[in-house]
Amino acid sequence: MALFEAKQLHKRFGDQVVLENISLTFEEGQLTGIMGPNGAGKSTCFNVLTGRFRPDRGSVRFAGEDITGLSSREIASKGISRSFQIMNLFNEETALDNVLLSSPAVRKKGFSMLRDLGRNNTARDSAFAVLSRVGLADKADVSAGSLSYGERRALEIGVALAAEPRLLFLDEPTAGLGAEGTARLAQLIAQLKRQLTIVIIEHDMRFLFNLADRISVIHWGQVIAEGTPNELRENPWVQRSNLGALA
Amino acid sequence: MLGPSRYVPLVTAPMLITVAVLATTPLWLKQLGLYQYLALEIMIWMLFALGHNLLLGYGGLPSFGHGAYFGIGAYAFGLLQLKAGTGLITGLLGTILISALLGGLVAAFISHRRGIYYALLTIAFGQVFWFVAMKWHSVTGGEDGLLNIKRPDLSLGFADISLRSNEAFFYFCLTVFAVALIALWRLVHSPFGRVLRAIKQNEMRASFVGYNVWLYKWLAFTLSASVAGLAGALFAMAQQSAYPNVMSLHNSGFVVMMVLIGGGLVSFWGPVIGALVFILSRDLLGAYTETWLLWFGLVFIGMVLFQPDGVAGIWQVWCAKRRTPPAAKNTLASLPVVAAKEA
Repeated sequence: MALFEAKQLHKRFGDQVVLENISLTFEEGQLTGIMGPNGAGKSTCFNVLTGRFRPDRGSVRFAGEDITGLSSREIASKGISRSFQIMNLFNEETALDNVLLSSPAVRKKGFSMLRDLGRNNTARDSAFAVLSRVGLADKADVSAGSLSYGERRALEIGVALAAEPRLLFLDEPTAGLGAEGTARLAQLIAQLKRQLTIVIIEHDMRFLFNLADRISVIHWGQVIAEGTPNELRENPWVQRSNLGALA
Repeated sequence: MLGPSRYVPLVTAPMLITVAVLATTPLWLKQLGLYQYLALEIMIWMLFALGHNLLLGYGGLPSFGHGAYFGIGAYAFGLLQLKAGTGLITGLLGTILISALLGGLVAAFISHRRGIYYALLTIAFGQVFWFVAMKWHSVTGGEDGLLNIKRPDLSLGFADISLRSNEAFFYFCLTVFAVALIALWRLVHSPFGRVLRAIKQNEMRASFVGYNVWLYKWLAFTLSASVAGLAGALFAMAQQSAYPNVMSLHNSGFVVMMVLIGGGLVSFWGPVIGALVFILSRDLLGAYTETWLLWFGLVFIGMVLFQPDGVAGIWQVWCAKRRTPPAAKNTLASLPVVAAKEA
């Protein structure tokens, strides 16, 4: 059985239908890419899958459990983590603290009022490990608001990773990164692959075709194509959207 | 800005200095032409403002009707004593409980809100409590309030200490203040305090990371209302009465002004500095002109426009420029110095 299964999701805002009958399946350990033109409903799809919006119809199951309509907090605590396309960090906190706040060890102690967060060395060590993983080990004490654009993108992923998720959603992780940054990110994601299930929304098709096990194409709020990267190279829509140049 | 997550000591130098300065006031306050009651009042407002800053500074939650909980504390302490005959400690504990219950009730209605809606709701609830205090004659005494609230003896088991003299009462309040100071310092550096700050910075991310944002906001308000209630109870004993003015919109505004002028948004010590500056200005400016609040208001406007980080903020900027801050001396004037550096 698939780790994550969304069936026939519908979502409308006012009289605008944003998602129409979307069904997606993510297998454990696989990396799924989601692509499609701007305004196709990709980000809304993520927001529905991670609990920011409730779907109007349809169901979402994670690890055999119905999670339809749960809040983002409840979904997060089940082991689903996400990064954001528009950066969403705790800007006044240091990079280390951003990661630390996301770790389950700290989250469990969140209501403790007398303990000192600084004493939790295990949590700090693993937070450091996450920072090194995303290449920010030497920026641990810099506040998130003062990091460069690329560093902030890396921290976005660090925060999502620190939650120790089973399923990781990344919303356009390469947006605004240069060639070098994208290459480094690809390396990181290649390492993470197999260790956890990953879903990536991405415009950079080369990036996606190199990494993904499966790809879903969303257009007009519907899934118009699905398959392995190789199968999709033959797809007429993909061909037309100048992806053919890649193959 | 409010301190990284490294190890934070239980008691810090600014804490010791604050308590030491307050503790020695009976020795030198009169020489400055001031009076002992002033130190007591400043201390009570410091406590109230510190509790308020838990919301405004750490949670980013603007409570503009916080005078209500100060007043609830004063009335609760008075009513418990007059109707139920509670002593000092039972009265204070009962007051904290009642303030927490009423604060928690209000928080349940407002914790899903933020920003301007949060602020408006706190004002509305504050007015409700004020109205009740004014109109529920049989219980609150209406406009006259509760008179003859006593300062019960402090019972230590082997001996009873009378708090009737201003000095004895002052030292009792100082003890309460010192304990509350340490507790609040702990609280803001605990995981709870850190999460609260994170929520202030980014509520959405906090919930996506898995925090129950509503519950944290609810708890912050309830705790803050309890501290306000405790301060109100001390105030009722200091004034030996409780009256509607204590929970008026004025007092709600004053505590916000204290927190902002002192620099509560950037420092734990902001409310302490702010309460000191505010009450001192009231007395010193008030001696010259009845319209002291007008002048203070202008200073406040100037602060918000040009120096929104308050006194503590000015100090932090100055320290950053100097790189090596001078060694702090044990004077009142140097209090913000150490405060800003530590906080």
